[in-house]
Amino acid sequence: MYRYDEFDARFVRDRVAQFRDQVSRRLDGSLTEDEFKPLRLKNGVYLQLHAYMLRIAIPYGTLSSRQMRQLAYIGERYDRGYGHFTTRQNLQFNWPKLRDVPAILDLLADVEMHCIQTSGNCIRNVTADHFAGVAQDEIEDPRPVCELIRQWSTAHPEFSYLPRKFKIAVTGAQDDRAVIKAHDIGIRILRHPATGETGYEISVGGGLGRTPMIGKVVRDFLPKADLLAYLEAVMRVYNLEGRRDNKYKARVKILVHEIGTEEFTRRVDAEFARLDGPAINADPEEVARIAAYFAPPPYEALPAESAALAAATARDPNFARWVETNTTPHRAPGYVAVTVSLKPIGLAPGDATSQQMRLVADLAERYSFDELRVTHAQNLVLPHVRQDELFAIWQALGPAGLATANLGLITDIIACPGLDYCALATARSIPIAQAIQQRFADQQRQAAIGELNIKISGCINACGHHHVGHIGILGLEKRGIESYQITLGGDATENAAIGEILGPGLAAEAVPDAIEAIVGVYERERRDGERFIETVRRIGLAPFKSAFRELFDAAA
Amino acid sequence: MLLLDRDGARSDEWTRSADAAAAQGGRTLVDFAALPEALATTPAGQPLGVFIPNTVTASELAPHLDRLALIVIAFPSFSDGRGYSIARALRREGFSRTLRASGPLIPDQFAYALACGFDEIELPDTSASRQSVAQWLGAKTHLPSTYQRGYRRDGNILEARRQARAAAAPAGNRPA
Repeated sequence: MYRYDEFDARFVRDRVAQFRDQVSRRLDGSLTEDEFKPLRLKNGVYLQLHAYMLRIAIPYGTLSSRQMRQLAYIGERYDRGYGHFTTRQNLQFNWPKLRDVPAILDLLADVEMHCIQTSGNCIRNVTADHFAGVAQDEIEDPRPVCELIRQWSTAHPEFSYLPRKFKIAVTGAQDDRAVIKAHDIGIRILRHPATGETGYEISVGGGLGRTPMIGKVVRDFLPKADLLAYLEAVMRVYNLEGRRDNKYKARVKILVHEIGTEEFTRRVDAEFARLDGPAINADPEEVARIAAYFAPPPYEALPAESAALAAATARDPNFARWVETNTTPHRAPGYVAVTVSLKPIGLAPGDATSQQMRLVADLAERYSFDELRVTHAQNLVLPHVRQDELFAIWQALGPAGLATANLGLITDIIACPGLDYCALATARSIPIAQAIQQRFADQQRQAAIGELNIKISGCINACGHHHVGHIGILGLEKRGIESYQITLGGDATENAAIGEILGPGLAAEAVPDAIEAIVGVYERERRDGERFIETVRRIGLAPFKSAFRELFDAAA
Repeated sequence: MLLLDRDGARSDEWTRSADAAAAQGGRTLVDFAALPEALATTPAGQPLGVFIPNTVTASELAPHLDRLALIVIAFPSFSDGRGYSIARALRREGFSRTLRASGPLIPDQFAYALACGFDEIELPDTSASRQSVAQWLGAKTHLPSTYQRGYRRDGNILEARRQARAAAAPAGNRPA
């Protein structure tokens, strides 16, 4: 894991002191609320429906046990004993008091954490594949480049007052677990087909929200050394050319769409050609310094398969199901990555209590080289676990409500906080997720359905990623009543796709029936071993639409 | 209007004029629309400045940079950051004389504006009446170090790390 040097530590402290001063200038009236707002947003402080919300960055989703324990402490001391993990690898507290925020920022700085640029019209917290450094299909660990971008984008003099927020995600694997095509910039590490050298494929202009778009490739292969200069070129074109007349048309995806990928690429290339790359890019020693922090931990030499694990799975079918569902193959023999589901049936997806955070921190310290991950699907990961230890971990997780065996299944739902917390939301998300989870609570049924991603957003801003859900649910408000629109066929992976609307909006109570009807079509139509999304692609939307129509007519 | 540079408040020696006809004598600042005429009519050697909206590109001004002693870039609101990129581009084009940001900026943007190449800030009275010169000078020093190369001469973290590495390296490995 990256460790702050003296400069990073000083910077974060200076930033807290700066925020304290900004708060005092707001309080004495020197700054108006309009002037203060972007300053507080860039320190993660939102004004929400009922209270302030604080959004803490977990850069590229990696954190230590010590950091997790500090989050647990902050949750207890300054909130209501829990926090909410988000789709952008952040942690949100929903009930802090504004006057406590500087103290919380100090506590975060104590453990090399911060809230810098978790909101506002600037380059946001950089996200990454949650199996970075671990996955078998990985070409290279994306986290060193994420850390380089984190530093470069922090308090950037030129790009801190952009037309809109700006999100960057990086993956180093063949399977995209970072949803890079739904980001303003998506970076994929790949090998040059001719030279074998690693470099970056750069996509620009992806994003969800009211105008969902898949990012367009603007550079097939960017040499690694050129990255920061290239990012500077993209950002400068966007800062100068991005629309500012309409906030809904201000994201870079609209610019790319309006002038075309070719013209956008031409402008970026022209700007890039004029830059003095070596004066902007980090020198190789700096890149190597950062990369050294992400060296693999000292794995033991183990056999690929654990006899202890085989015996335990033979003994206990519940354990076997959890292992089958919630563990992921690891590049080191004898190890796996464990996903700790934050989607127990009937609770708010992504929420964790301070006690749960501490338990997971303890397990990481004992069994996972002191390292944790947060996933964009709102779960936690113990990235380096010996297969021999899985049974002990499962036993420890169970009593804390953290051993739900549903990773990637129909109850592993992404949901934004919705109308229960969010000032922007027009409908509830959490109760919809809970109702679907309850309908499909039976584990054998879930396993029989197999991989199926449901994603729910409580408004058009799409924080719940509904556009890229196999089944997406968008909550809207129509004449004072919550109405839910269902989309089908979205995909958040390297085959990224935006889902299509099935039919008219439904009342909240009808949503579980609609999901049941969709799943019913799949169960009837699927071929052997075919996943839900594959069946949807093969047979198209028509059979689902007609089942949906019948349901809708019956309800009417 | 309050005019500030990195040392504090200063007097404005420029007179703003809407049209080129008035650009006769003294240090005259004309609007962008009047620039061609002002360039044609202002005697060589007489200081000429231009006030540009933040939609004018550096390349549009490039042919005239030698003739300009002041470029003022409008910030219609503090949250519209186009002016920073225009300033950067003008400095890259070789403009070495005075660059001024004009608009309702806030003290927390002072260091950014200086880093991007501005020399001075011109504030409307409504902003200046709330935000003292002392606050501006204080906010300027809040983040004494930066991660980006090429924006500030002092306090660059990457350069500091580079120097620390060079100092720690055995003498034979040090760059000459």
